[in-house]
Amino acid sequence: MRFIDEYRDAHLVKGVLDEIRRTITQPWVIMEICGGQTHAIMHYGLDQLLPPEIELVHGPGCPVCVTSLELIDKALIIASQPGVIFTSFGDMLRVPGSKGDLSSIRAAGGQVKVVYSPLDAVRIAQENPGKEVVFFAIGFETTAPANAMSVVQAQALGLKNYSILVSHVCVPPAMHAILSSPHSRIQAFLAAGHVCAVMGYWEYPPIAGKYQIPIVVTGFEPLDLANGILMAVRQLESGKVEVQNAYTRAVTFEGNQAAQAVINKVFQPVDRQWRGIGLIPMSGWGLRSEFYEFDAERRFNLGQIQTRESPLCIAGQVLQGIKRPSECPAFGKQCTPQNPLGAPMVSSEGACSAYYRYSSAAEQLNSGGL
Amino acid sequence: MNQDTSILEGSVCPVPLQHKDQIVMGHGSGGRMTHELIQRHFLPHFANEALLTGNDAACLQLPDLANLQGRLSLSTDSYIVSPLFFQGGDIGRLAVCGTVNDVSMLGATPLYLTAGFILEEGLPVEILEKVLSSMQQAAAEANVKIVAGDTKVVEKGKADGLFINTAGLGWIPAGRQIGGEQALPGDVVLLSGSMGDHGIAVLAARGELGFETGVQSDVAPLNNLIHSVLSAAPHVHVLRDPTRGGLATTLNEIASQSRVNILLDEKNIPVLTAVRAACEMLGFDPLYIANEGKVIVILPPEEAEAALTAMRTSPYGALATRIGEVKSSPASRVLLKTLIGGTRILDLLAGEMLPRIC
Repeated sequence: MRFIDEYRDAHLVKGVLDEIRRTITQPWVIMEICGGQTHAIMHYGLDQLLPPEIELVHGPGCPVCVTSLELIDKALIIASQPGVIFTSFGDMLRVPGSKGDLSSIRAAGGQVKVVYSPLDAVRIAQENPGKEVVFFAIGFETTAPANAMSVVQAQALGLKNYSILVSHVCVPPAMHAILSSPHSRIQAFLAAGHVCAVMGYWEYPPIAGKYQIPIVVTGFEPLDLANGILMAVRQLESGKVEVQNAYTRAVTFEGNQAAQAVINKVFQPVDRQWRGIGLIPMSGWGLRSEFYEFDAERRFNLGQIQTRESPLCIAGQVLQGIKRPSECPAFGKQCTPQNPLGAPMVSSEGACSAYYRYSSAAEQLNSGGL
Repeated sequence: MNQDTSILEGSVCPVPLQHKDQIVMGHGSGGRMTHELIQRHFLPHFANEALLTGNDAACLQLPDLANLQGRLSLSTDSYIVSPLFFQGGDIGRLAVCGTVNDVSMLGATPLYLTAGFILEEGLPVEILEKVLSSMQQAAAEANVKIVAGDTKVVEKGKADGLFINTAGLGWIPAGRQIGGEQALPGDVVLLSGSMGDHGIAVLAARGELGFETGVQSDVAPLNNLIHSVLSAAPHVHVLRDPTRGGLATTLNEIASQSRVNILLDEKNIPVLTAVRAACEMLGFDPLYIANEGKVIVILPPEEAEAALTAMRTSPYGALATRIGEVKSSPASRVLLKTLIGGTRILDLLAGEMLPRIC
């Protein structure tokens, strides 16, 4: 397949890995922001092929993982109400709230439907005029355009029974939060290629400048990741600090203008709670006042609710790159993909799930996991 | 029909509707309507001596087991696919092939099937006819007879159109020891063809992909292919079809049963371009997607080439290839050598496979 096979070519990847080995002279800590990148690294075993000087730290870029417990609990309350069809991406169904998850609501008779796109939820609202249809609008800048478009469509169709439960989060404020932490060891970032395909990378030069940290926009195939790491290592070794783009086939500096326009039409920046990390000011998007009628939190008037996290789960430290999943005492024991205590073990982008599914045989056997 | 009854109304009891076009509760009553359904729709497809006798059980002539010292292979499975028809197959073909294949995985020659039907009130008889005809064709291809059956009707909403259970009986010739617990270090792992076709074809038929694909389900009876393999390679240790959970899950079962390690080479595992493309878009891994017409063969290396040649002569084994080897440790695990040369654990699927978010 064009644009895929050549980026998984073992010889090309080996060439870049050799170049990284020739360039590197000392240890470096690099964070890949996006959970999709974490999974690709583990899926292809790229971590085992890198020189030992490189420590990859996994970032908070998993939309399922950082969705706040409060919003998940609100989703559970809404989904269990009669007359509601609650629609969501599949990954959210098994994320534990304070009590239970969406799949247990479905098993108890609640109408919870997995959709592949928010526009499917709009169609369900059209077909079920007697029901309230709610879409769980989670995600980073990548899912925001489609989620915003669903609201625009619902408005154009005059739908009065469609609303979204918004938990949108944005990457740049999270990078600020990680770098301002006194625990941060991060020396370079691989920026999330899909986010940048939407947003461009004009937001990053101020971050690179303020924290004196190289940032490389990086894709998701093994060759993309190897190239991103090589560019980061070259900057680190030469003492340069720049924002570079290693994913030019998908990302421009300005990004996708049409997508940004629909985001700005529907959403505005708001403070956002990140699960495991806490409140990050202006780190998310909420609906603009002209679209309040599509806001599920207002429509269902949920108010404040009490939440309770599992005391065993160290998801917050994993999401900030302070601890590795395998350092969690519950990893592979009380917490598994079948019985997740925290969101990073559920999502196909979660770091714990990546470690559980893909980590090298030796590491998993030694950790006593499984 | 409605017109007729309205004319007669008031003078005599209305003539009951015949319900020739759709299933109604009366078809499951066990009375006249059930008999008519069976006479009109089931028997024409499945007519054979055992079934036509009309008793509560089929009386079967088995191979002379005492003389041949063979054994029996018996399996059952229920089929609840939605939608009932998809590219490359339907629930009827699936219900015959799935059980024929399960019986064959012990190296048995499948002989007889039973078929139990749960029909939902309102099912168009035309649909039932198509399914029965498809079952008959698959049974003919696999050279098995459907010798006993049952039909029940449930109220509308209590089933999804049509569910089928089939059970299959086969004969294992003497001296044949094939099973998931028989893999040995040093064996090689062969695969009869491409992974993921059936699962993607069914997803596409559900309209859940959001895009068109030309992928056809691989649903097929494998007993003829397996017969050729066993003739060419008599010392096969394991036969297993990677159905639900896909290749990864099935190989994990074998690794556990045999307490061995299975090492796969990702670049050798065949996946059709259209299936790969669909998986790329959805974030699925083809190694976890169901197949209904593929078989894993594990055997000593000296018979591998003969087995591959035999598979490739079958219409269902054109892409047959060697995908890995059996080692002693780490036991009960499947490892995958990735395209770029890393190695990772290929684990069981946890729960259902979900499309990625972004």
